[in-house]
Amino acid sequence: MADVLVEPYARLRDSMAQRDRSLREKVVSLEEAASFVQDGMKVGVGGSTMSRTPMAMIWELIRERRKHLSISRCIVSTDGDLVFGSDIADSVMTSWFAQGILWGLSKVMRHHVESGNKRFEEWSHMAMGMRFRAGGMGVPFLPTRAMLGSDVMHQRPEAKQIDCPFTGEKLLLVPALNPDVALIHVQRCDPYGNAQMDGLQFMDIDLALAANRVILTTERIVSNDQIRREPDQTKIPFFCVDAVVEVPYGSAPHECYGLYEPMMQHMEAYVAQVNSDPVKGMKDYLDRYFYAPKSWNDYLALIGMDEILEASRKGRSIYND
Amino acid sequence: MTEARRYSANEILAILSARQLQDGQVVFAGIGVPLLAATLAQATRCPALTILFEGGVIGAFVEPGKLPPSTNDQRCTKRANMVLGSADVLLLLQRGYVDVGFMGGAQIDQFGNLNSSFIGDPAKPKTRLPGTGGGNDISSLTNMIVAMKHEKRRFVENVDFITSPGFIRGGTSRRDSGLPSGGMFRVITELAVFGFDDRTRRMKVLALNPGTTREEVQDNTGFRLDFDEKIEMTAPPTDHELAALRKLDPERLFTA
Repeated sequence: MADVLVEPYARLRDSMAQRDRSLREKVVSLEEAASFVQDGMKVGVGGSTMSRTPMAMIWELIRERRKHLSISRCIVSTDGDLVFGSDIADSVMTSWFAQGILWGLSKVMRHHVESGNKRFEEWSHMAMGMRFRAGGMGVPFLPTRAMLGSDVMHQRPEAKQIDCPFTGEKLLLVPALNPDVALIHVQRCDPYGNAQMDGLQFMDIDLALAANRVILTTERIVSNDQIRREPDQTKIPFFCVDAVVEVPYGSAPHECYGLYEPMMQHMEAYVAQVNSDPVKGMKDYLDRYFYAPKSWNDYLALIGMDEILEASRKGRSIYND
Repeated sequence: MTEARRYSANEILAILSARQLQDGQVVFAGIGVPLLAATLAQATRCPALTILFEGGVIGAFVEPGKLPPSTNDQRCTKRANMVLGSADVLLLLQRGYVDVGFMGGAQIDQFGNLNSSFIGDPAKPKTRLPGTGGGNDISSLTNMIVAMKHEKRRFVENVDFITSPGFIRGGTSRRDSGLPSGGMFRVITELAVFGFDDRTRRMKVLALNPGTTREEVQDNTGFRLDFDEKIEMTAPPTDHELAALRKLDPERLFTA
């Protein structure tokens, strides 16, 4: 586990050398995959806003009551509420943290951040991308021209302003981010972890390359033969991946491109409940949807067949004409 | 004010914003009124407008009645030319492929700096807001149009926190901070259209919306406004513009 801002290169390479990068089956259960995430770790979360959120994995970590995680993600929505409200995370690093455009500000986030209970560390969107990319490139930083002159920069002494050695221009160096573990949800992958993502990729490829361990959840597991028929569609290679979990509707109630849209009735009810009381409302929500169900399928049953089929009908019909 | 009853505040924001765009431009659009305005411009006057979304979309054609709930949702990609990673589409801004960035705003000041991070002291905020999203990158790297509600508490002399830089402290301070290109280009509200003085970089009124007076604009602004020498009166939304806009957003997701 890293206790420094940027992992020393030797440690990054050591960690890589210890990973089993052979072409082997990695299919495990949600519970087994969760053992890769230990208390206090830096956890990178794939997807963005309400899209391709690795919700099933987050659900499992909340049920197992992990502690003191530091979460990073390009844009955070209700997944951020859940990790704060359940107390599995101390901090969230992102460019934007609300419940989603349609509902606006998160009262759960506000409650925890304004009371000083939790940390919301803000970077520009591109800076988050450059931090993951530097992590994936094996370099300690990348330069950007964003954040300069803003108070977002002034709040981040970890980013260093320099004069370019070639041109003399001002640039901002943002430090590499190498999460201990990344959670990424995809449409399909093979048992080895060759992952094909449809639609918006967000920052997931850089995140997978940057992380020291990757847990993939997938809507379905396909054969390696199928992957090899369209290798150009593979976005994350198997040797980045340490565990594969097949979880249909693994982003619910968020969306998964081509398969289902967000489950809006559930989201509406969720927002109303936690905004009315960010502590008690959240506790009741977690009790009902996270702690009580015996399995992910039980959780989906609580969301309800009508909602899931409606979200699927909408998600699959987008490309009909 | 009979004219005003024909349309909502967000409708005039979207229509006047759409008029700022020119055919052939590459526009980086945020969610809500910006997305609506860019899509409206594309559907009416600017068929060769290219719309980019931070989710990673190049060349979006958002369908009437199927507006996405965010610029990171699958609906944004329908009939797009290309889908990239989010960092890569933001890097297009840095390289200079984008003519105009287009965002909403929570709080703006006399130099066009936007705050979407904190109300009150950032060390002990009264309200922690959602943060920048793509706003800081867009405003740092291209010309920015902001569409927002005109209220005194939103138009302040100096923002509590510069999330997305405009002209920072005016004069050459933006360039001196390491941002040599772009800057705040236009601010569109339900009362007026604003630009920025070439030298001082302070906000100034370019045109008044239909039925609005200078006094009304100044009274709703928390700092002294400059007025352009030749203030124009903006033409009211046409039936064609209103019909096209309402066709785009029949559920009034963003125009209510």
